[in-house]
Amino acid sequence: MTLTTPEPEPDLLYSAEEDALRAAVRALLADRCDPATVLAGLESGRPHDPGLWRALATEIGVTGLLVPEGLGGAGATAREAAVVLEELGRAMAPVPYLTSAILAVTALLGCETDRAEVADSLAALAEGRTLGALAVPLTTAPGDTGPAPVRADAAGRLTGRVTSVADVAGAGLLLVPAEGPGGPELHAVDATADGVRTEPVTPLDLTRPLGHLTLDAAAGRPLARGDRARAALDRALLTGAGLLASEQLGLADWCLTETVRYTGERTQFGRPVGSFQALKHRMAALWLDVASARAAARNSADALSGNDPEAPLAVAVAQSFCAPVAVRAAEECIQLHGGLGMTWEHPAHLYLKRAKADELALGTPGRHRETLAGLVDLAAP
Amino acid sequence: MTDAADLRRRTADLLAAHTPGTTDRLDFLRARFDAGLAWVHFPQGLGGLDAPRALQAVVDAELAAVDAPDNDPGRIGIGLGMAAPTILRYGTEEQKRRFLRPLWTGEEVWCQLFSEPGAGSDLAALATRAVRDADGNWLVDGQKVWTSSAHLARWAILVARTDPAVPKHRGLTYFVCDMTDPGVEVRPLRQITGEAEFNEVFLTGVRIPDAHRLGAVGDGWQVARTTLMNERVAIGGARTPREGGMIQVASTAWRDHPELRTHDLHQRLLKLWVDAEVARLTGERLRQQLSPTLNSVRAGGTPLGQPGPEGSGMKLAFARLAQQISGWEVEFRGEAGLTYDDWTLRRPEGVDFTGREAGYRYLRAKGNSIEGGTSEVLLNIVAERVLGLPPEPRTDKDIAWKDLPR
Ligand SMILES: Cc1cc2nc3c(=O)[nH]c(=O)nc-3n(C[C@H](O)[C@H](O)[C@H](O)COP(=O)(O)OP(=O)(O)OC[C@H]3O[C@@H](n4cnc5c(N)ncnc54)[C@H](O)[C@@H]3O)c2cc1C
Repeated sequence: MTLTTPEPEPDLLYSAEEDALRAAVRALLADRCDPATVLAGLESGRPHDPGLWRALATEIGVTGLLVPEGLGGAGATAREAAVVLEELGRAMAPVPYLTSAILAVTALLGCETDRAEVADSLAALAEGRTLGALAVPLTTAPGDTGPAPVRADAAGRLTGRVTSVADVAGAGLLLVPAEGPGGPELHAVDATADGVRTEPVTPLDLTRPLGHLTLDAAAGRPLARGDRARAALDRALLTGAGLLASEQLGLADWCLTETVRYTGERTQFGRPVGSFQALKHRMAALWLDVASARAAARNSADALSGNDPEAPLAVAVAQSFCAPVAVRAAEECIQLHGGLGMTWEHPAHLYLKRAKADELALGTPGRHRETLAGLVDLAAP
Repeated sequence: MTDAADLRRRTADLLAAHTPGTTDRLDFLRARFDAGLAWVHFPQGLGGLDAPRALQAVVDAELAAVDAPDNDPGRIGIGLGMAAPTILRYGTEEQKRRFLRPLWTGEEVWCQLFSEPGAGSDLAALATRAVRDADGNWLVDGQKVWTSSAHLARWAILVARTDPAVPKHRGLTYFVCDMTDPGVEVRPLRQITGEAEFNEVFLTGVRIPDAHRLGAVGDGWQVARTTLMNERVAIGGARTPREGGMIQVASTAWRDHPELRTHDLHQRLLKLWVDAEVARLTGERLRQQLSPTLNSVRAGGTPLGQPGPEGSGMKLAFARLAQQISGWEVEFRGEAGLTYDDWTLRRPEGVDFTGREAGYRYLRAKGNSIEGGTSEVLLNIVAERVLGLPPEPRTDKDIAWKDLPR
């Protein structure tokens, strides 16, 4: 009989460095991203807050967390990026962090990073100088990458249309999966190049703008081909989905905290409404969900931070669990605020819109459960 | 500082001196206790080594790998989960030395004489009286109910009222009661599953020496809270592997019976699988917070052996899951779900969820949201003590217990 050593446990807590990072991001957001500012920005038709983005990039340097130091980044891991996403979710910050610093960066990291083309792009994204967007519909789940809607000819000219790309309008660098003559390819395309057109879509989630991208013989620079291109795309989607759980966690946590605060102060029938058991039980049940979502989100960030073969399972679990928790938290937040929750001035609606859109982003809970069924051998009928 | 390597060495020494298989089971367990490998986070001399709680996993894995005898935790759960942490915290040196070793080896089974016909959720309302005699010892009269394992127990933890003239939380005192004493009568109470895991216990003139009091006179509620918090973790916080426990039974049934599968049941099973995995991770996270672990040594956790109110969350999640999964399983079984394995009145030694059939699991799991504090009461605890929401209006707070309406 062999002597078994205990399996290495995932580290589900936050390290001192992660706590410090959180404090820095939270302080910045408290300063520059209060709900009134977010709302005013959205109403001005300016979906992103470039000042906030610059501050995140230069003052705290979080845009390059996933980029290795040798390539101009901070050389951190998915664990730290997850902490940033928690805070951005908590503040509903209108910045393209998920799209540029996570999805686009991870796609590039899957290419040959010693090529100047790739390295230069990574450095630009890491510094936040350029915004990147991965040209897939935001609803795409990891593993759901069949033939791309964009065709590449032998000369690298790209033609096709990709719908509902997140943060495409502000992006300077487009990473476009395409079907080439010999199979899948991943291309870099300058947003300003000839033959590139984006049309904005009115999004449900005002804080994460969407656009349709049309390419008409646009010049693409191939970054990867074949299995490598497919793997880079899959890893980007997996990382995006796994870290989205942390954004959902931050969002849910805000909704719970705010609801507890409000119902503890709001008085009806001569008592704080939060002292009524019917409400207390709902908030306590939500607390349990949020505490559970934290464990799931930390587990997926931890699995993504190394080359853990368990990452696909951890991501599927986190996404199928955290997405509905975020939606429920936002729905409860609105209901327990009463009429105030239905107003445009109160920020609760921003959270609901983001939570519902996030539920569809990078694979629905049901889609992730299907993935899981395959991973844990629970076959469909 | 005791680390994993040190514990492996100590475990190897234990195994070298006491070969499993040839050593008598009890001798082995006693030797393990004396080597500090029983619960490594307990103090030296009391079965532990003052080591981080998480390192217990190292010892357990090494011993499981060679099939070393274990102390049958399902049978002595109340001793391990509730009595031991309370004795450790409130017991005198003499009490700790007397009780902890046979408790851990399973030589002495413990039960919990808390609930009464008139006091369940409102435990502090209990009516069992303890009156001091001229020698300073105690005479106890009253009735307890739902007492699991009383029929097997040598000792009980007991809360009784020692001062009816003060408000209910202040007049209680905590004792260790000898179940073999004259005046203790145990009657089986048949339950929903057909068996009698719990009992009614009648206490008539039971004499408890003052040396068996735990904590100060009148401090019984404080002491009982330690027991109750640990109880929630003990019920909901058992460490399970991925797809362990009840979800394993359900998943295996799914794999073994393709002819019973439907799309609806598939969707629900996957959801339950995710919930079970997340509950496992949440428990793991709670444990990592409670004590420094192998790869995350952090300060700021709750003091050793003292779970906070977050433990209530684990118990809530566990109860919900157990009920949903067992309900799913009966439904999945189809025609077999209409049958039951055995209705004969049995006196089980502990609960065996996986050893019996779907119907048993379904019925027994109904107790998970009642035993050790109902889910309603635990939601109150989370709302008030974790979230800080305003308390319910309290009408009984400043009234002497004897004047409360009953
Ligand atoms: C399987 C099993 C094993 C047990 N083993 C033991 C044991 O070994 N030792 C022991 O001492 N006890 C034991 N118990 C007893 C258990 O602790 C009590 O049953 C439990 O605390 C509930 O008390 P009660 O049964 O008197 O219900 P009650 O308190 O009468 O509750 C009735 C209903 O009212 C609800 N309720 C009560 N108060 C509130 C409130 N403030 N807000 C909202 N709802 C409320 C409850 O949730 C429940 O739904 C066991 C119980 C079970 C089911």
